[in-house]
Amino acid sequence: MHEMGIALQIIDIATAAIPPEMRGRRVEKVNLRIGKLSAVVVDSLNFCLEIATRDTSLAEAEFSIEEVPVVAQCRECGYEWQVAQAVFKCPECGSGNLEMISGRELDVVSIDIEEPVDSEMQNQSR
Amino acid sequence: MEVKVVRNVLDVNAKMAEENRRFFAENGVFVLNVMSSPGSGKTTILEKTLTRIMPEIQSAVIVGDICTTNDADRLSISGAPVVQINTDEFGGDCHLAAHVIENAARQIDLAGLDLLIVENVGNLVCPAEFDIGEDARVVVLSVAEGEDKSVKYPLMFRECQACLLNKTDLLPYLDYDLEKARQYIDQVHPGMPVFETSAKTGEGLDSWIAWIRDRVADKAGLQQQA
Ligand SMILES: Nc1nc2c(ncn2[C@@H]2O[C@H](COP(=O)(O)OP(=O)(O)OP(=O)(O)O)[C@@H](O)[C@H]2O)c(=O)[nH]1
Ligand SMILES: [Mg+2]
Ligand SMILES: [Zn+2]
Repeated sequence: MHEMGIALQIIDIATAAIPPEMRGRRVEKVNLRIGKLSAVVVDSLNFCLEIATRDTSLAEAEFSIEEVPVVAQCRECGYEWQVAQAVFKCPECGSGNLEMISGRELDVVSIDIEEPVDSEMQNQSR
Repeated sequence: MEVKVVRNVLDVNAKMAEENRRFFAENGVFVLNVMSSPGSGKTTILEKTLTRIMPEIQSAVIVGDICTTNDADRLSISGAPVVQINTDEFGGDCHLAAHVIENAARQIDLAGLDLLIVENVGNLVCPAEFDIGEDARVVVLSVAEGEDKSVKYPLMFRECQACLLNKTDLLPYLDYDLEKARQYIDQVHPGMPVFETSAKTGEGLDSWIAWIRDRVADKAGLQQQA
């Protein structure tokens, strides 16, 4: 339900990450990582990103979302596994004392910026 | 070409939450974030709780709703200072964010306060994602909502330190399997305390109130040591 707020935040972070000397070049891709346990619905996020990027420098960017599985490690016996069906109990020893390894990510990982066209390169080298 | 970023989308909120946490700690106030789906009984539980812990535990409430001041009016009767937040000013947000709590907390005199309760916007999804600088989080689930809410909304139940199973006075009229509901909660968050309550009759509120008392006392003790 808060996907629009998240989308706006992603756009802010991605826009701020464009190095000053690359302003004006097209951002081809924004790479995101979203944990399966986070309260974000990927379909709604995609929808919000599409609307919110209109008429911005990210309008043509593709948003690539890597969904990260929920992985836990048992603090008692060290066993590590991928949590399914919301069972947060160690399958080896039954302990509920867990360290969450992944699943809560909500990260902007990187952006792909188009390569400069040749004339621009020549301008820069001059 | 690829430019590395690696930033958490909620880092601005997380930073503000840490500032809130420091501010609350300086004042020795225990902050409790109460969450649930709409209508599970948060306000009713808090009304009953406040009349029983005030004035011994000096309390205040920040209550978030999309609109109306109904909940604030109900909670004020206890004598506790209440700040109502209407999130429609913030785009009808489905949760309270850390900066909203910061603004609201500035309207309250924290110095003489032991307990600050935040009644979050009724929603089992979004509030779980937003740290507000609280010390503990609890989720209220009413027995009219079905047994399996905890497995359907695991993040909320993972993020909380206690659960209230409310409206137990309705059990005779429902085909609700209390044991099953407890099993589901225990599978999502093993060992989390579950209090069976009826805010209507007051049944079961004792152990919930004892739980709050312990935590408020711990926090006050910590501040005295500091
Ligand atoms: N039978 C019964 N009704 C209850 C109980 N607790 C609350 N209610 C009723 O449930 C309805 C909703 O209660 P509220 O306390 O307003 O719930 P809330 O969680 O604060 O609701 P929102 O703030 O709108 O999300 C009201 O009509 C209450 O009287 C209970 O223990 N038993
Ligand atoms: Mg309420
Ligand atoms: Zn184990």
